[in-house]
Amino acid sequence: MQRLNIVITGHVDHGKSTLIGRLLADTDSLPQGKLESVKKMCENNARPFEYAFLLDALADEQKQGITIDSARVFFQSQKREYIIIDAPGHIEFLKNMISGASRAEAALLLIDAKEGVAENSKRHGMLLSLLGIKQVAIVVNKMDLVGFSEIAFNKLKVEYSEYLATLGVKSDIFIPISAREGVNLIEHSSSTSWYKGPTVLEVLDSFKSIEERAEEHFRMPLQDVYKFTRDNDDRRIYAGTVTSGELHVNDEVIFYPSLKRSRVASIESFNTPVKTSVKESEAIGFTLQTQIYVRNGEVVARADQSEPKVSNRFVANLFWLGAKPLELDKPYKIKIGSAQSTIYLEEIKRVIDGDTLDRADEPSVGRHEAANVVFRLHDILAMEQFDENQKLGRFVIVDEFDIAGGGIITEVLEPYANRRTKTHSVAWTLVEKAGDNAEFEEELFALLRKHYPHQFT
Amino acid sequence: MDHLDRLEAQSIYILREAYRSFPNLAMLWSIGKDSTVLLWLTRKAFFSHVPYPLVHIDTAFKIPEMIKYRDEIAIQWDLNLVVGQNKEALAKGETFVNGLDRLSCCKKLKSDALKYTLDGTWARRKWNPYKKKWEDELNGAPYTGVIVGVRADEEGSRSKERVFSARDEKSEWDASTQPPELWNQYKTDFAPGTHVRIHPLLEWTELNIWEYIERENIPIINLYFNNGNGKRYRSLGCFPCTAPVDSEARNPKEIIEELTSGKFKDIAERSGRAQDKDGGGTLEALRKEGYM
Repeated sequence: MQRLNIVITGHVDHGKSTLIGRLLADTDSLPQGKLESVKKMCENNARPFEYAFLLDALADEQKQGITIDSARVFFQSQKREYIIIDAPGHIEFLKNMISGASRAEAALLLIDAKEGVAENSKRHGMLLSLLGIKQVAIVVNKMDLVGFSEIAFNKLKVEYSEYLATLGVKSDIFIPISAREGVNLIEHSSSTSWYKGPTVLEVLDSFKSIEERAEEHFRMPLQDVYKFTRDNDDRRIYAGTVTSGELHVNDEVIFYPSLKRSRVASIESFNTPVKTSVKESEAIGFTLQTQIYVRNGEVVARADQSEPKVSNRFVANLFWLGAKPLELDKPYKIKIGSAQSTIYLEEIKRVIDGDTLDRADEPSVGRHEAANVVFRLHDILAMEQFDENQKLGRFVIVDEFDIAGGGIITEVLEPYANRRTKTHSVAWTLVEKAGDNAEFEEELFALLRKHYPHQFT
Repeated sequence: MDHLDRLEAQSIYILREAYRSFPNLAMLWSIGKDSTVLLWLTRKAFFSHVPYPLVHIDTAFKIPEMIKYRDEIAIQWDLNLVVGQNKEALAKGETFVNGLDRLSCCKKLKSDALKYTLDGTWARRKWNPYKKKWEDELNGAPYTGVIVGVRADEEGSRSKERVFSARDEKSEWDASTQPPELWNQYKTDFAPGTHVRIHPLLEWTELNIWEYIERENIPIINLYFNNGNGKRYRSLGCFPCTAPVDSEARNPKEIIEELTSGKFKDIAERSGRAQDKDGGGTLEALRKEGYM
């Protein structure tokens, strides 16, 4: 059966868990006994039953009354199976919302009809656009609290459409619902007889899954090279997951950025018939006709097709989730495809916050902020622009031990010619001016003498 | 690609990512269907090789066929098998069958044994595939990456897991402070003293597991099948706390029928596992302390 990953986001208390709980119950997608056990638990705790409790399986969560993480929930329509990622709306858990949303092929964005567009509604809209999720429907929940008013619905629709337009997101799908009462989830309701558009389930079924695009040029980030010696195995296997295109035995391949080349001798696999070709999304391994030394993280392309871009500088849309702000000229780690390198933030072009007010001249990117920035890498790597190749056009930034941010490449810049960093050039300028400040000059020379004593004898 | 191909490819990617990121990597093998599928996926990822040790926690109350099957497969597939056990608790009789409550028994024989086997505090029994004999390893280096076959659809707290999920110095898991996981980039950097649990089967369902076992013809332990008495195990554990279910299914194909249209269509998999039922949130409490 076909599968689609969708994410449901929205401000805290706008009713995500209720919507999902209700969808699960109304489509008979719950395991037998689950509904009863949750109802029984409510009874034991003297609480009225709510559909949201179906999802709040974690004991902690029920204590706090907020969804902590992006739970994965399975659900089925007539057409296909869904993995619904329930993303938390609470600001503290934005990183979980993003973890969930980054796996999604489509999104439902929930807005409370009574409360209207909240800060997080805007922030989530922006993040979905930064993550490159193009299929988005806006679900206006709690219509029962505004008397199923068409006017209230249209007002929200206009307000939020205008906001989305500023992000370059075009969404014309707005659905008025009441998750609690089951209005417009599976079937249309007489409560909103003025609404002629699709129900939530109809919209979900209309979304397209990311189809295999066999016509695209072959790319495979080299994840690892294996040479297992056990049982006299002498194969040297180049392994990775194909991110686009097709590869065949005897194709000539080029590794980027090293530009080493060879031909595919065999495609290796375990417990399958012999393979002579592989395509997008397959986790593969091949041997080459000549032994070449290449590094993990290089990108493999076919000699008869387009080349990936190769650089150490790019412009990106970035969102930051780290506890500490992202600072200029500080070393971080980037992971892109299967490659890793040290990365420096060279320039913050503008910080975009939840209220559409762009700010320029910021010294750093703070937690939960998004920004348009220029990055500089220590190593030259193969990369792509996100709109040309999604999987090689997105990256994460690691601060200390944790992923602290992510982004998409909007423009690959000319490589830095001599790798001299901005820090170096700033330092050099200051050193040249050292004579202007006697105290500074003295300290600087003391430092130089300490580290390079032989230069001063 | 069908849905099994996609799940397989994603799991292989995760296993390869773990293998290149963690110098001291191990996989937990419970002998059950999920971790045996994981073992099979390992052979897929590494072209028939199993390049890391497989850790089995032997509570001494496992159904005897499980140990027999384990040792047979270990020899057949040339596995690097590592066995851990809470010898002290067993010697003192601190077990459920001697009057301890179920959860305390799970903690001692499973969680504690796992924790101290993984960090090398307790002796590990290792199968030496070259010498074809068991050897004791004392003061083994801690495993910094541990591959585990949990699935999101099994039980509430498991659906909150990351694919690469950090455990702190005390082996504890805090669901609310997990760093983000974006696209297919995972947490592969870790602080000294901590370790990372890797979950390549998170997106698989019980049905997917059986479909894959059938497709690949994986030699799964026969306790999962009705061998003539009208009973089979749906989930494997210690015999005092795990009950077989009534079922006529004799092979993966019949189990798939049972799960999709038959008697187990809407019944939770762990319904035969007693420790899940002692009040709300108990499995989560166990998981925080390192239970799988």
